Amino acid sequence: MAKIIGSVMTSHVPAIGGAMAKKRQDEPYWKPFFDGFVPVRRWLAEAKPDVAVVFYNDHGLNFFLDKMPTFSVGAAPEYRNADEGWGIPTLPPYAGDQDLSWHVIESLIENEFDVTTCQEMLVDHAFTLPLELLWPGRKCPVRTVPICINTVQFPLPSAARCLKLGQAVGRAIETWEQDARVLILGTGGLSHQLDGERAGFINKSFDLEFMDRLAAEPEWATRYSILDLVELTGTQGVELVMWLAARGALLGKVNEAHRNYHVPISNTASGLMLFENRA
Amino acid sequence: MAAIRGKRSIEGTTPFDGAQARKGYALNKMCYSFNDKANRDAFQRDEDAYCARYGLNAEQREAIRSRNVLALIAAGGNAYYLAKFAGIFGLDMQDIGAQQTGMTKDAFKAKLVAQGR
Repeated sequence: MAKIIGSVMTSHVPAIGGAMAKKRQDEPYWKPFFDGFVPVRRWLAEAKPDVAVVFYNDHGLNFFLDKMPTFSVGAAPEYRNADEGWGIPTLPPYAGDQDLSWHVIESLIENEFDVTTCQEMLVDHAFTLPLELLWPGRKCPVRTVPICINTVQFPLPSAARCLKLGQAVGRAIETWEQDARVLILGTGGLSHQLDGERAGFINKSFDLEFMDRLAAEPEWATRYSILDLVELTGTQGVELVMWLAARGALLGKVNEAHRNYHVPISNTASGLMLFENRA
Repeated sequence: MAAIRGKRSIEGTTPFDGAQARKGYALNKMCYSFNDKANRDAFQRDEDAYCARYGLNAEQREAIRSRNVLALIAAGGNAYYLAKFAGIFGLDMQDIGAQQTGMTKDAFKAKLVAQGR
């Protein structure tokens, strides 16, 4: 049977791609961010996942407003990156795992998460950069299943709903009959706001409390509505629902193995957490 | 459930809801097209013709002409698509943040750093 070994939650700013392409990881601006990933890579080298299920939000590469699914699951043999319009390098395709994709899709719909299925799906920086941070040099060894949550067009699914989606994905993976080691990723956040007169808003105290409570008490964040979260964390800070989904997929005893928090990367409070999932 | 129909106001913030999505459809569709370099080039070759092709209204056309991000948001623009428009001019998120807050770029960057303390 498949085993969920743990999860990594991280921010996903496009500028990270530019910094990697220009090899700026050791510059003072970037070093506190990139150094945070060293212990995660060490853990991954031991843990050896076969597949990564990635909760992320598309920023207008694959989906436009003509059709905007709330939850969508990739079911493609591979996932291509493409030009997002601002000049960060396009990364080579990532391998899919269609068996796991369809298993997850069938299980989710059976459990009343009526997701959109995508046999073709472009993946943007929110998917590619975290994989590149975990396995630099385009050496991603895992097959992938992207799960995209709409954060572009309101109404967004609530924090509580995203946590439940993650739990349903966790139950689906644990009933998959293949002997695969599965890593969960949740990418987005933490507090930031790109648009409006409040651009540049960051809320460090909220971010730290969110991180403090995520392992033992993920329900804490579900007391907030999406608009509460916009007010508390910024218009793009609501991407923290990806962290809730990823946390939800861990159904065992959760142990926090590592974290990093650094402000700012571009306009974003960058967060990173590694959770182990124990039986 | 709280009463959800009344519009909640968050200072300096325009949630991209159904009303904004309806108002901004043409503008956002044009900005979405800027994922492709050929379209970015076509816009730069003939901005008027490109905007006309997407059916921008007068407010949207003027907001594009002025490169004013707050005006683009008021015209229904969504941050994620507008970022692709800004990319044509090589603007980064600190340029955009500085413009919207009326700060210099250095002051905006310093504000970001200060919030990490």
